[in-house]
Amino acid sequence: MGRFLLGRITGAGIVLLLKSFVIFALIGLMPGDPLDLMMNANPETTPEQMAHLRAMYGVDLPITQRYWTWLVAALQGDFGYSRIQHRPVLDIIIPALGNTLILTGAAFVLSTTLAVTLGTIAALKRGTWIDRIINLFAFAGISVPSFWLGLLMIYLFAVRLGWLPAGGMPRPEQGYGGMLAHLAMPVMTLVIVETGGLARYARAAMIEVLSQDYIRTARAKGLTDRRMLVRHALRNALIPVLTLVALQLGGLFSGAALTEAMFAWRGMGRLILEAILGNDYNLALVCLMFVTATILIANICADIAYTWLDPRISLGKRRR
Amino acid sequence: MTEAAVSVWQLRWRRLARDRVALGALSVLVLLYVLCFSAAWIELWLDVTGVDTDLMSRFDPIDARHWLGSDEAGRDEFTRILRGGQISLSIGLFAALGSSFVGTVIGAMAGYFRGRVDMVLMRFTDFMLAMPALPVLIILAAIDLTKLGFSQDFVRSGAAGYWRIVLIVTLLGWTTVARLVRAATLSLVEREFVLAARAQGASSLRILWVHVLPNAVTPIIVATTLRMGGVILTESALSFLGVGIQPPSTSWGSMLTNAQELMASNPLLAVYPGAAILLAVIAINFVGDGLQSAFDPRADPH
Repeated sequence: MGRFLLGRITGAGIVLLLKSFVIFALIGLMPGDPLDLMMNANPETTPEQMAHLRAMYGVDLPITQRYWTWLVAALQGDFGYSRIQHRPVLDIIIPALGNTLILTGAAFVLSTTLAVTLGTIAALKRGTWIDRIINLFAFAGISVPSFWLGLLMIYLFAVRLGWLPAGGMPRPEQGYGGMLAHLAMPVMTLVIVETGGLARYARAAMIEVLSQDYIRTARAKGLTDRRMLVRHALRNALIPVLTLVALQLGGLFSGAALTEAMFAWRGMGRLILEAILGNDYNLALVCLMFVTATILIANICADIAYTWLDPRISLGKRRR
Repeated sequence: MTEAAVSVWQLRWRRLARDRVALGALSVLVLLYVLCFSAAWIELWLDVTGVDTDLMSRFDPIDARHWLGSDEAGRDEFTRILRGGQISLSIGLFAALGSSFVGTVIGAMAGYFRGRVDMVLMRFTDFMLAMPALPVLIILAAIDLTKLGFSQDFVRSGAAGYWRIVLIVTLLGWTTVARLVRAATLSLVEREFVLAARAQGASSLRILWVHVLPNAVTPIIVATTLRMGGVILTESALSFLGVGIQPPSTSWGSMLTNAQELMASNPLLAVYPGAAILLAVIAINFVGDGLQSAFDPRADPH
């Protein structure tokens, strides 16, 4: 176990390092550089001053050298400043992270519960109209563009009916009611989009389990359906479902870029979009590194959860 | 046996033909493609245009000529949707095929040569898989190609914008197929018929092409189909954010960007492009699901 963990963490560290370089290089290829933007802000800058600034900021150095400078500073805990907000990057990321966790956490709990429930019902009522309706709902959720769904909701609930705020963050004095009102539409959007795939997965897992011999044995022993379902079927069907869920945990921190942007929710996803589209290179880079790190950690957790739930698998052996 | 021999593809086709949902979805999909790619003729027939602006007929209501009315620049909304569909649907097809091609090559190499090749390729796959997809796609879509040595004229052309999206979606989308093909190849190269072929001196390429890939083709087809839906959603998101298809070209996603601002006064303009995306993607997903059960010998006949 210890060795396995060490290996995985080292591997993840290497991947993270490689990825930071790739993202660093890609961001360097985006239009403009920090000094072009500075010059636009102050048209009176002379070419000599520009040259001086370029040398000072090291913009013309080769990519590897710039990356090295950035990495050394980052490893010492200095992640730099945001170009647009003029604040240390970490001061911006931490509140955004809190907001994202509220939104994605609520959506995650709701969609997982809904998906397991719907998947189990569909598996038990396989082939009936209930199964077909759940299937249609799942396919619609998988197939709908989230930003369009958000757009329709804003029109219906905010513009037309006026029931909910069109977006933005609740003010502190609005209390829990304000929080719920602001969360309602983005959470609904995320739940609709996320439930479908997971529900189909849960259905497939449940059908697989229900065809196993031990279920037949449990039935033959005369167990009631409910007892058989909870004690034998659900527990086993949840193993693959939970691993998939654990894999999605990393996504909780990266936020839901499009949904957050649609509803002006100040989370990580929206922050990343704004940083990239607004040429805030350093902020974008640190955010993306952070998101990648959480994905990698979540993958390791998923592997551990897998063995913990299913003793038949041992961590030492590589899974194919 | 008195019955005529039936090939495995005939069997698969029969199973698919019994699946009414998949068949219905397939018809919808074919109809969408045909409609979108006949946009020019439909424009002639209805005497409308989805391309040229006409400020005298902004926000026309629905009538016999303008089946879905006209938009904020007086362009016919219905044929504009069809023209947007040409871009969205063809990007879906090309990028899905591209992803499958790259994934098949990488997966087959990893599974066939194994050992170090496999390790390197699979680490690379994991590396790609852990990319935060949408942000990286946005960066790739926004990259200044002149910094890579392309000419200004080329970068600004519509074709460059189109193929750039196809390329970047392909680059980030091949991982699923690579894993599928690798798993299939790993188990197939152990089989006797591959050994026999190798004993007769068949080259690696021939073994892969003649003996391995035909036996791994069904999961590839299913994954490609499902991938098409994913590509259309991704392209629409990128275009919606303004980094995908650029005007004067149009796709369903970029139509939604304009419609968003007119939401309060003309909500229907925001409904049509999104509904088109939903219709296309849901049809693709149902077809993919139908293919999966038609190809799976263990699946129960519906």
